[in-house]
Amino acid sequence: MDFNDTPEEAAFRAEAHAWLAANAELRGPDDPTSSALAEIESEEELQRAKDWQKKKADAGWACITWPKEYGGRGATPIQSVIWGQEEARFRTPPNVFGIGIGMCGPTILTHGTDEQKRRWIPRLVSGEEVWCQLFSEPSAGSDLAGLRTSAVQDGDEWVVNGQKIWTTGAQLCDWGILVTRHDANVAKHAGLTYFVVDMHSAGIEIRPIHQINDGEGFNEVFFSDVRIPDANRIGEVGDGWRVAITTLMNERASIGAGNAGGGDSIMDMIKLAQEVGAFEDSDVRQRIADFYVKRKGLEYTGYRTLTALSQGRTPGPEASMGKLVGAKLMQDMGSFGMDLAGLAGSLAPSAAPADGTFQSQFLGSPGLRIAGGTDEILRNIISERVLRLPPEVRLDKEVAFRDVPTGN
Amino acid sequence: MNFDFSEDQKLLQKTVRDYLEEHAPLASAREVLETDASYSPELWKGAAELGWLGATIPEEHGGAGFGHLELCLIAEEVGRALAPIPFSSSVYLFTEAILQAGSEAQRKAHLPLLAAGDRIGTFALAEKPGCPTEDSIQATLDGDKLTGAKLAVHDGQTANAAVVAARGPEGVSLVLVDLDGDGVSRQPLDSIDGSRPQASLTFDGAAAEVLGTAGEGWALAESLLDRAAVLLAFEQLGSAQRAFEITKDFTMGRYAFGRPVASFQAVKHRLADLWCSIELARSNAYYGAWALSGDEPELAVAAPGARISATDALELAAEEMVHLHGGVGFTWEYDCHLFYRRSKTLGLALGGAREWRDKLVRRLAAQA
Ligand SMILES: Cc1cc2nc3c(=O)[nH]c(=O)nc-3n(C[C@H](O)[C@H](O)[C@H](O)COP(=O)(O)OP(=O)(O)OC[C@H]3O[C@@H](n4cnc5c(N)ncnc54)[C@H](O)[C@@H]3O)c2cc1C
Repeated sequence: MDFNDTPEEAAFRAEAHAWLAANAELRGPDDPTSSALAEIESEEELQRAKDWQKKKADAGWACITWPKEYGGRGATPIQSVIWGQEEARFRTPPNVFGIGIGMCGPTILTHGTDEQKRRWIPRLVSGEEVWCQLFSEPSAGSDLAGLRTSAVQDGDEWVVNGQKIWTTGAQLCDWGILVTRHDANVAKHAGLTYFVVDMHSAGIEIRPIHQINDGEGFNEVFFSDVRIPDANRIGEVGDGWRVAITTLMNERASIGAGNAGGGDSIMDMIKLAQEVGAFEDSDVRQRIADFYVKRKGLEYTGYRTLTALSQGRTPGPEASMGKLVGAKLMQDMGSFGMDLAGLAGSLAPSAAPADGTFQSQFLGSPGLRIAGGTDEILRNIISERVLRLPPEVRLDKEVAFRDVPTGN
Repeated sequence: MNFDFSEDQKLLQKTVRDYLEEHAPLASAREVLETDASYSPELWKGAAELGWLGATIPEEHGGAGFGHLELCLIAEEVGRALAPIPFSSSVYLFTEAILQAGSEAQRKAHLPLLAAGDRIGTFALAEKPGCPTEDSIQATLDGDKLTGAKLAVHDGQTANAAVVAARGPEGVSLVLVDLDGDGVSRQPLDSIDGSRPQASLTFDGAAAEVLGTAGEGWALAESLLDRAAVLLAFEQLGSAQRAFEITKDFTMGRYAFGRPVASFQAVKHRLADLWCSIELARSNAYYGAWALSGDEPELAVAAPGARISATDALELAAEEMVHLHGGVGFTWEYDCHLFYRRSKTLGLALGGAREWRDKLVRRLAAQA
């Protein structure tokens, strides 16, 4: 048991820090807390993010755990955490590559052919191409395998029709990962096929959706006779569910890890409580302590997972805990941080105390509790996959997809 | 970074578990609860022979010379078994006090007896209901004589010696007192968990010897409580994990409406939440173990973090255990109440979670 860097880890940290120091500015004590909720909506913000990603990639500091041959560094998971800790100390643009790096890349690296990896991974690493995830549909969210967007083979191509929804970043993206139904006559999970789609293809229409937090991060995406080359299929025809599971496992792990980053907002909350004269209220300290032990519990769980990884064990569905606990924690902290500020608590993030951190958390966290598997779905996963409790009673398993009850 | 116990440490843990499974079934906690016994002497003897009591005591003083990481894992197993022995009082508190602050003579006088199980120690701080503070210590130290009373001391009936907080001319000091000596009387108290009994202690000019520096007792007490908090967190974690496992198995085997009750989503989700709470507690406890074993400055926040998280997890586990067993969970015959009682006893043993939350946030604010 040793929480400190080994000499090799310390050397790696120093190397990472030196590169960052030469290429970015250190964050100051008054910089706003960096947030897992940052969204990019303007072209210039996107360009800044791309420039930073490219700079890192050129120096070998992007997607560092990925193989060197595809633009990564072949680094260990622990090195990746060290890099993340060091990068967080510097002023950097918000990250638009979360979906590409967190979900799309790992899926292609796991299930893609060599040719597919060579084609997509290096430009994903360098930030030259941005990715989105086209999974959810109006009638398929938690029940993702209930999706209906159809893919029909036509020679070397597939013709896709249907609608996706809640697609984060679609309006800024070059590529998307797409799950479709190629056969409605077989059981639900057996009729799915997974593709990579060029977001600039003819027949794709994107309409932004206005969110609770006033952002327009997610979109509706309509497909009308969109043609996708068969070479863009990931995995076999009918293997879409298995490939999608890889994406979802990575999604929960990356959203969970992102949330755990809200560490400084505990100190922001203590500062705010002191400034408004609430710190001497024991009730306030009690609440802050609860937030802190949950936050730290998640962070240290991450280190336990990492240790398991470095000993060659694979982390499993346990990662779902990070998102389940972390998203609700953010909501509770947001709400309590607003309470501390009294009337000024209900000001908008732009006008509120503490840089609006708590207001942004309040408005953004409900989305985190839904995206990438709702709280209920994560509890199902933990109880069935980790605890091995009996599965839900299902009415949709042993029938052809077209015969599954829909409520419509 | 390596955030796990070593293979050797896990092996040791396994031998502790095997021994306790054989020699300390839940029936042994029940026996102490149901009879006048205040602990299980056979189990105490076993713990001494296997080196658990002297886990952190150097070999030159008769100990096993392991370290605190090993002791954390032993504590987890003691908790898992709900072992009815004065382990926390004697090992986490009294022995730690001697190791941290004892003079050479005090180490020689106490450590070998403690390691052999021939002396049981405890720690006496509170004098009245509520959180003890430095100002609340009224027991007086006059030269080497102690006068005053201490309330609800764990294992007060059994212990041969105690570390006691008392006020002298220099301020509050911790003193060592022979509880079998003159001027000490004890009064057993009824408690909610008779498997870990409590007593009040009254001192009337009892012989006392200062531990550490006179007048610096409160700071020493705080640091001893921090150390004990990490160890007790592991004990709580072990109890929580066991309560969870028993409950999970019960709900899998119990049928209602033609299916196992564990197949109902309301039950599954409660078990999932409980599992998360225990995992968070485990992670916080590991961090505490690291800080304790290396005497890291982070112990100041790691100890309360481990303590709060473990208290939350065990209290939730015990509540859910009773609840998810249904009617039998509320019977004396089933073991659920052993965990329910123990959860609160351990939750209050070093001061309740409310005190530790307060301590944690004050310390965080001091760092800001
Ligand atoms: C901010 C945000 C970003 C997103 N980004 C993307 C994206 O980039 N790409 C993408 O494909 N999707 C994205 N999503 C969609 C997201 O994955 C879905 O919204 C989510 O899976 C829930 O599906 P749904 O909206 O259809 O709700 P439903 O599945 O209809 O759920 C409604 C309610 O019923 C509950 N419920 C459903 N099934 C069960 C069950 N079996 N047991 C108990 N309760 C249940 C749910 O927990 C929920 O409370 C995003 C969503 C949000 C909020």
